Amino acid sequence: MDITINKQMVQKDKKNQEFTPVFNINNLNLWYGQDHALKDIKFDIPEKQVTAIIGPSGCGKSTFIKTLNRMVEMVPIVRMSGEIVYRDKNIFDPKYGVEELRTQVGMVFQKPNPFPKSIYDNVAYGPRIHGIKNKKVLDEVVEKSLRGAAIWDEVKDRLNENAYGLSGGQQQRLCIARCLAIEPDVILMDEPTSALDPISTLKVEELVQELKKDYSIVIVTHNMQQAARISDRTAFFLNGEVVEYTDTSTLFSNPSDKRTEDYITGRFG
Amino acid sequence: MGLINKESVKKRMGSRIAANGLAKFLFILATGFSLLVLGVLIYRILSQGLPYLSFDFITNFASRMPERAGIWAALLGTIWIMAVTAPVSFILGVGTAIYLEEYAKKNAFTKFVQVNISNLAGVPSIVFGLLGLTIFVRLAGLGSSVLAGGLTMSLLILPVIVVASQEAIRTVPREIREASFGMGATKWQTIRRIVFPAALPGILTGTILALSRAVGETAPLLVLGALAYVAFVPENLLSQFTVLPIQLYNWTSRPQEDFHMLAASGIIILLIILLIMNSIAVLIRNKFHKRF
Repeated sequence: MDITINKQMVQKDKKNQEFTPVFNINNLNLWYGQDHALKDIKFDIPEKQVTAIIGPSGCGKSTFIKTLNRMVEMVPIVRMSGEIVYRDKNIFDPKYGVEELRTQVGMVFQKPNPFPKSIYDNVAYGPRIHGIKNKKVLDEVVEKSLRGAAIWDEVKDRLNENAYGLSGGQQQRLCIARCLAIEPDVILMDEPTSALDPISTLKVEELVQELKKDYSIVIVTHNMQQAARISDRTAFFLNGEVVEYTDTSTLFSNPSDKRTEDYITGRFG
Repeated sequence: MGLINKESVKKRMGSRIAANGLAKFLFILATGFSLLVLGVLIYRILSQGLPYLSFDFITNFASRMPERAGIWAALLGTIWIMAVTAPVSFILGVGTAIYLEEYAKKNAFTKFVQVNISNLAGVPSIVFGLLGLTIFVRLAGLGSSVLAGGLTMSLLILPVIVVASQEAIRTVPREIREASFGMGATKWQTIRRIVFPAALPGILTGTILALSRAVGETAPLLVLGALAYVAFVPENLLSQFTVLPIQLYNWTSRPQEDFHMLAASGIIILLIILLIMNSIAVLIRNKFHKRF
């Protein structure tokens, strides 16, 4: 495929805010067998901002976020067309391997999914699979990542204990630390707080605010208040289409589409 | 409301509770029957075998004179056979399981292979003996050697190990594989560092249980031509050999009463070996038990 996107391309949205995109999504279509799950998706994801994706269950938001690191291809019956450009590279280009893409685009999952290993080994997993063996470097990466995920103080005295001994909220922050350890560019979060209690949710939300200084974050959430609290831009998905995509304050205070308004005021979904 | 007749509910209450009690009684009966048979078996073996059990019994070779007969050759033969069977069946079995679970496409052919593996687990062991006789003893020219015996035993327990390993691999949750792939790990890294370690307790348990089945097998090795009377220990993989169950079979088929007692002593040794192997399996399962 021919790619003619300038790295420095700067776009303007309705409020004339400028941003550098990390992802350009063009005419993305996706089918699960006969089921047309994503229809002509077209939008750009900004650098070092939090982009929230909201919408009712089954609208394709989880499917969409999983196309960004091609995790969606683990479903055998999936077919796709269109293109997703990540910083000048078409991610579907056979020359650009999924392993390379996923090193740049990390993911935090809905359910905390630590490995059945020690806390240290969980965080060191990423660097290790990329060939880093030096114990001193690993130690530093582990500490930096755990600090980055705001969990260092809670676990620094038990790094060698099994990660399953942590609470659900701690496990999720450990998973975020594990993701930070490969020093990604983008972090995808697929409903990261849906399995957590309110206090743990708050901690993760604060963490997201902290992380956006260094990372571009895409977050799928069921919780509209959460999207309003933590995101800079919000996309509203419905039946596999992007109904509206703009900065968060505009979308929640002054939506331009009737369906967005109905959804955020709780009339359906 | 009013759709349920309270009277008839009350009337049936008694019989429902009686049926509940009866079910419990039947299950206790079934368990009790097995325990009774096991108890009789153990009592018989201990009462017959214990008097003959001694250090000499373990370190002596077989003999025509019961008071000098021992199981040294058979014991070492069993250990030699296991030394061949364990690594061969583990490597082939786990490799097959990983291929089938992680790499093979789910289609009609793999389904066919799957059904056949499960069927092989139920094929009588003597059939594997004939297979081993044809392939290892005759075609490969190994003779009735430790190597031929060990390889035949590997074939016998391979299906069990494959099925047990597949089940262990299947219990590794999809979420932690996704976590690994999500960080840019390759398939092989994910298998080696995540799936295999998480499945290992289940794989080892299945392997050890399969091996303990092989320890007790007689038929395939008899077909291969394992000797019934051996007055030497195997020196290398091509030595001739005997194993514990064959020695026991030989003793029990003799007319003299004394040899029957010796067989009972041998059974005690065999049971101890099996008990140790099964305990190791339980220990591994408990030590590595992880909740997902």
